[in-house]
Amino acid sequence: MTDLDTLIACPNCDALYTVAEPDAHTRAVCTRCHTVLISPRRNAGLRVIALSSAAVILLIGASLAPFLQINVAGMSNSATIFETALAFTGGPLLLLSLAVTAMIVIVPLVRLLLILYVMIPLVRQKPPARGATGAFRLAESLRPWSMAEIFVIGCAVALVKVADLARIDFGPAFWMFLVLVGIILVQDGMMCRWSIWKALEDSRKS
Amino acid sequence: MVDMESAGGQPKVVTARSSGLLACRRCAKVWPAGTERCGRCGSHLHSRKPGSLSQVWAWWIAGFICYIPANLYPMLKTRMLFDVTDATIIAGALELAHHGSVFIAIIILIASVLIPLAKFGAIALLALGVGRQTRIGPGRRHVLYELVEYIGRWSMIDVFVVAILTALVQLHSVASITPGPAAIAFALSVIFTMLSAQAFDPRLIWDLDAPEPGVNEDQPPRVTSANAPVQGPAG
Ligand SMILES: [Zn+2]
Ligand SMILES: [Zn+2]
Repeated sequence: MTDLDTLIACPNCDALYTVAEPDAHTRAVCTRCHTVLISPRRNAGLRVIALSSAAVILLIGASLAPFLQINVAGMSNSATIFETALAFTGGPLLLLSLAVTAMIVIVPLVRLLLILYVMIPLVRQKPPARGATGAFRLAESLRPWSMAEIFVIGCAVALVKVADLARIDFGPAFWMFLVLVGIILVQDGMMCRWSIWKALEDSRKS
Repeated sequence: MVDMESAGGQPKVVTARSSGLLACRRCAKVWPAGTERCGRCGSHLHSRKPGSLSQVWAWWIAGFICYIPANLYPMLKTRMLFDVTDATIIAGALELAHHGSVFIAIIILIASVLIPLAKFGAIALLALGVGRQTRIGPGRRHVLYELVEYIGRWSMIDVFVVAILTALVQLHSVASITPGPAAIAFALSVIFTMLSAQAFDPRLIWDLDAPEPGVNEDQPPRVTSANAPVQGPAG
């Protein structure tokens, strides 16, 4: 019987592999379904922390500053992200407002904070923060519901939709949000889930 | 019928199930059969997600039911002075194309009509393919699964557009935009189909490809050896 700690199972097709050198910086891909199993990067932990902190600041800034401004025949109206998210008011539309707020502001923010909470003690080689496994599990299950990047494309579409009706200007928050989306994509690509889970487990044992 | 993937001379695959083990889908750790919770990440362990297919179909049907009013009712109500117009998703896209924004109209049609429909088809195909020898091999069905997982969220774009327009175009007497009932139906439809795709256990795609449980004595292959692309200093 092989030691179970040296095994890794592909989460998408159940194929089983032996992790040859657990500490080597090598990328491993499932031969059957091509899911990336391990993708460690040098100093990934520090970079993830730096990127996540930057993203938190940008997200808070972008939520409060004016996002888009519309000008029609001398009249103008500007909207922040929060106003956009809470645009639907009254009855069942309020639920939709809450869902939109969650998907474009709250879920991304919560995920970033959870990741910081998990990663900071790991990188400082301290024992994990209390409830770190639950926190990382929550961050992972929220991942598909974080839709900031889709919202940015939605802005472009909205812009064209009212192009013949009015002129729309981007506010400072739009550019912050655009940078934020880029940062979140890079941060997400940098995180090797397997390495983080393993590091959490190892630091709990020691 | 022999499917392409396994006939292509690929090495025989050892699965956690065929070795009598339980794999954690969240953190990839392997546990002896009978373990309840993963000791590394705390997830519940199942060799295959129980009731996966019935959950998939339940969310699928809910999503499809919502998709019908989403297309029949107006998504946006635009008021320009005293002129009020309602537009459904398709009518809105056609109007955009009429005004010259053919490219954006195509994006909207793809995101709100083509992707949702393709998604219903793809999930149904994945669910129906479980436990059957299908003409589409497991490799290709797996690509389909990943596409559904990745692209499904993008249908939300139309809901966001409605939210942005509603917040922005509030110019009292001149113009205002309010959401129609289709906005809720469409958002629900997207959410339900995402839940449907999440309920699917992709390991079911591969089960006919793997040997029966309990008959496998092979050692699992090494994952960082020549069979995997190597990157970084150790390479
Ligand atoms: Zn795999
Ligand atoms: Zn686990």
